[in-house]
Amino acid sequence: MARRASNQPPPGLETRDSRSSAPNSKALDDQAASSPRQSGATNFAIDRRTTLKGAAAVMALGINAGDRATAQDGLAAVEPIVPTENRCVVRTTINGQPVHLTIDARASLLDVLRETLALTGAKKGCDHGQCGACTVHVDGRRVASCLTFAAKVDGRDVTTIEGIGSDGELHVMQQAFIDHDALQCGYCTPGQIMAAIACVNEGHARSPDEIREFMSGNICRCGAYPGIVAAITDAAGKMRRG
Amino acid sequence: MEPIAYSVPTSAEQALREFTSSGGTASYVAGGTTLFDLMKLRVERPSRLIDVTRIGYDTISTSGSELRIGTNATMSDVAADPAIASDYPILSEALLKGASQQLRNMATVGANLLQRTRCAYFRHGAGAIASAGAVYPCNKLRPGSGCAAIGGLDRAQALLGVSDACTAVSPGDWPVALTALDAQIHILGPNGQRSLPISALYRLPGDTPHLEFELRPGDLITEIVIPKTGAGRRSTYHKVRDRESYAFALASAAVALQLDGRRVGRAHVALGGVATKPWRAPATEAFLIGKTIGRETALEAARLAFADAQPGRHNGFKIELGIRTLADAVMIASERNA
Repeated sequence: MARRASNQPPPGLETRDSRSSAPNSKALDDQAASSPRQSGATNFAIDRRTTLKGAAAVMALGINAGDRATAQDGLAAVEPIVPTENRCVVRTTINGQPVHLTIDARASLLDVLRETLALTGAKKGCDHGQCGACTVHVDGRRVASCLTFAAKVDGRDVTTIEGIGSDGELHVMQQAFIDHDALQCGYCTPGQIMAAIACVNEGHARSPDEIREFMSGNICRCGAYPGIVAAITDAAGKMRRG
Repeated sequence: MEPIAYSVPTSAEQALREFTSSGGTASYVAGGTTLFDLMKLRVERPSRLIDVTRIGYDTISTSGSELRIGTNATMSDVAADPAIASDYPILSEALLKGASQQLRNMATVGANLLQRTRCAYFRHGAGAIASAGAVYPCNKLRPGSGCAAIGGLDRAQALLGVSDACTAVSPGDWPVALTALDAQIHILGPNGQRSLPISALYRLPGDTPHLEFELRPGDLITEIVIPKTGAGRRSTYHKVRDRESYAFALASAAVALQLDGRRVGRAHVALGGVATKPWRAPATEAFLIGKTIGRETALEAARLAFADAQPGRHNGFKIELGIRTLADAVMIASERNA
């Protein structure tokens, strides 16, 4: 497959939306502020993703505009509606940006990413740690964000699929997934790619068998496994060469 | 899921104080891979969580006369420890054949000892998923309510250590390997420190399947201590599943052998996936001592471990599967270099 222009999001790979290419918190705020307009007056080409993200941003903004706004350092956030004793304060770094949130203590990292911060790259598949679609990195290690209490990332660095590219370039692993047709519907793909990058960094991508074993926590219902193994094998060589 | 309070103490003493001041309503949480899962299913309903992952106890020491592993070391870190991987494959394999790398990065080796059963009637017994229909009777979940697994869909249920009240399988791999190697569990509780052999940590279901562990309220597992053994290198954790990876055991066996030539000097044998607790197999161990290792001997020894098996309606196949799994494990261990 031909290499894509870096500013065009590949179908099914939710890695190049305008939010993910925003390198600083100012841009993130701007994105949140512009989304409602995008899905309303100024952008008539409304697709499902834009609509969902716009709605998430409206929700965040609507509450953020009130007296109880708690987000700092640039990311819009929703004040949890639970009593004070059931909240947690989380100071973390997400894709390189410092984030300071007050959250419902029972919230998963996945829900905070998706519902509070509108970072919808990580997917909710099973919500029980069985499918891998929610995989993100915490301090460089892959975890299932659906079973990670968001409170746990206080003081940690979180990286999501939105944070792995740089300067308008896809990550080597993203490009390899495209080149090897490592997806069909794409729902599991952000989790697959985050797991795959960690798999290589751990040194667990030295053979197809090892890749299969160490990627077994990521289920692909389309059965794109041969492409996934080929993509990881390809990207592993390029990642090792830097 | 009900609202919870969440705290992150930075010392074991602080964690214990917080537990005591909660009036016993708090749960400790480490990686959360079991607890959060079961909270979503409404099987666990703590009102307060005390996150114990920042109290220390996360070191791995292999240099002394015993292996000492802090409770908060993650499954992935312990599995990757070079000394453990080379000298105790039984331990690293037990860890690597459990869960996925994502979960192994989260879950800790101490809290893993307290993983709850995967019995489907237990997990869905609280009726959290409406589409799954009824709330199932489960003596583990609601003492006295009955057991839907007995006479029900019992393909995955236990054969050994079962009672009329419960046949739920002890789900772990790591505790099975630790049971084979006579590990000791160090505990810090409101009344001070103590330790107990891992075999004493687990209760048989009997009439009280809701009581699973010999722990008192507020007890915190702090360390796992494994006596070093010359059988460490000739060891394996062999696990047979419905799929090749990332599944719970249908049958598994932890085996470590000390050999004199091909003759067995000492044998450590425990079973997983087939029993209501990590299951030591002393009859198999005794039979193997002094024998020359071979396939037939291994099978004969393995049969002894299942002599008391009590199959239900759909899990009788696990007797033969368990025997062959154990025999294979004996052969794999015996063929490794000491």
